[in-house]
Amino acid sequence: MPDDVTSGFLPGQDFAQLLAALTGQGYRCVGPTVRDGALVYDTLQGVRDLPAGVHIQQSPGSYRVEFSQGKRLFGWANGPQALKPLLFAPREVLWQAQRTAGGELHFSQEIPEPLPTAVIGVRACDLAALELQDRHFLETDVPDAGYGARRRQLFLVAVNCTRPAETCFCASTGDGPAVSRGYDLVLDELDEGFIIRSGSTSGDGILDLLTLQPVSPQQLGAATDATVRAAAMQGRQLPGRNLRDLLFGNLDHPHWEVVAARCLSCGNCTSVCPTCFCYRELDQPALGGESSRHYREWDSCFTQGHSYIHGFTVRPDTRLRYRQWLTHKLGGWHDQYGRSGCVGCGRCIAWCPVGIDITEEVGAIAASPA
Amino acid sequence: MTVAMHYPHEAEVIERCQESPTIFSLVLRLMDPMVASEYRFTPGQFNMLYLFGVGEIPISIVSDPARPGELIHTIRDVGRVSHGFSQLGVGDRIGLRGPYGRGWPLEQMEGRDVMIVTGGLGCAPVVSVINYILQRRERYGRLVILQGVKHSSDLIWRERYAEWERQNNTQVLLAADVGGEPWPGVIGPITMLFEYARFNPQATVTMMCGPERMIHAAADVLIERGSRSEDIWISMERNMQCAVGQCGHCQFGASFVCRNGPVYRYPDASELLAKRGF
Repeated sequence: MPDDVTSGFLPGQDFAQLLAALTGQGYRCVGPTVRDGALVYDTLQGVRDLPAGVHIQQSPGSYRVEFSQGKRLFGWANGPQALKPLLFAPREVLWQAQRTAGGELHFSQEIPEPLPTAVIGVRACDLAALELQDRHFLETDVPDAGYGARRRQLFLVAVNCTRPAETCFCASTGDGPAVSRGYDLVLDELDEGFIIRSGSTSGDGILDLLTLQPVSPQQLGAATDATVRAAAMQGRQLPGRNLRDLLFGNLDHPHWEVVAARCLSCGNCTSVCPTCFCYRELDQPALGGESSRHYREWDSCFTQGHSYIHGFTVRPDTRLRYRQWLTHKLGGWHDQYGRSGCVGCGRCIAWCPVGIDITEEVGAIAASPA
Repeated sequence: MTVAMHYPHEAEVIERCQESPTIFSLVLRLMDPMVASEYRFTPGQFNMLYLFGVGEIPISIVSDPARPGELIHTIRDVGRVSHGFSQLGVGDRIGLRGPYGRGWPLEQMEGRDVMIVTGGLGCAPVVSVINYILQRRERYGRLVILQGVKHSSDLIWRERYAEWERQNNTQVLLAADVGGEPWPGVIGPITMLFEYARFNPQATVTMMCGPERMIHAAADVLIERGSRSEDIWISMERNMQCAVGQCGHCQFGASFVCRNGPVYRYPDASELLAKRGF
């Protein structure tokens, strides 16, 4: 093989080589593993932790893990988490205040020092969401310290999707099922192993450490066919890539009331959404009274407190909150971040306890606009 | 960006003034000389003030930008943090980070007539503007101040309004929805005051703050009378926690009030202004 290898074939039984190469370069390997009836990202001890033969059935309000005799490690669409919790921590200390006996205050910022982390099995939708969260937290004059520290330590091993869930619609948002950018390494999983390609210089470095075989034209063809098929399998879609004018032009559409009648305002959708970024700040004073930690934790625009302002709530009811979420996600994002805030991962559909389907709700408004 | 953006810095209460039974002002001084020397703001911007162990609230700065060593914050005792602040006295320490947001474009307004329209209790974001202009009276043309309140007894700083009225080329008009004791203004909505205001709508820049419905109604009248909508500026309020456009609470359509505001050119905010739920 030539020296400047940027792709190759890794036989399935050699997958441990990849984990070993990453571990050898100082990365903690994080990947999908089955826990509590769902696929979650956790530290991997070895290939055995990966979900071989696991399939997942997702539908509105439902998420079921199924086990098969298959050997494929990535034959499933996604778990509830995405990359979001690995970078935008669900709860973390931003700074703390110390108070002296004389009443003086001293403040110090808390910036985490994360370990280099390699995430295995990242999907196209989640890479698209990561790009958006980067824009929100880092591409600003006051970049977020904690997010930035973790982001700089991240190595991404992506996988092209071959088996979308019933809830997936990334083909309609233009974000999948094939990965196009933003990865260090990307895998195509075939029955006999993986086509592995590099997308960065750190990716090249890991690739150099692997014993790879040349990729055959048949393997390349099978990989392309698989992602094309995965796109064709998706039954859901949004009625357009830019829905800003449709949604802001229909603020009084009767369908908002129809959704509100079902929505529990629980905030599951915003928790599992890989682009939602709202957080609240709160103080936790030490019992002794000499110090206090200032935290942030994930918040949701579906809570009563989110829009509270001195005795007044801007969005007191569910209709206004669901409308806020959707007009922002599919409308306001275009002006703020240059594209829609939805990457078609379908998590909000599966994890909604009453099965509200974003594609259906927007579709209903698009079908009878004002 | 100033040094004080990422986390709070210690500030001392150097003066406290009770403005009404529920409104008080704290005059603050940053303790770290380096932070203090780099601190600059424009009227209309705000600080996040932190009460130890309790939390932070956004408060606009009402003092003059030429005196950044004495930062005046006028606060209404309405919540957990503001009530805590109401209990503080001279010498007490708090945290301060800022300044945040876009202030009023006061330099662009030099040479023009200025109208201030404000509703509610002593609207801090525009009080800073009035003070700013009166300190630099020769740089601006006519000054017209319209203040509306719910009940005539709600008006604080009555003596200031009287003093402002005595200034050259300045008109002050008051309106109360409900009248009470001897009231020097009209009884009715603030938009009635435009009947009495002597101003040239084409030559005047207007700055407004207060309830959004009032802003909306007043802007309609101004535009009807010939003001250009780009000459109307407003200051908005929303829940703010991070103050740097990240936590999402102040989302208003496609903008973050803490970062893209709180001062907006009217046409940039008018579409969703006073629209329930935004």
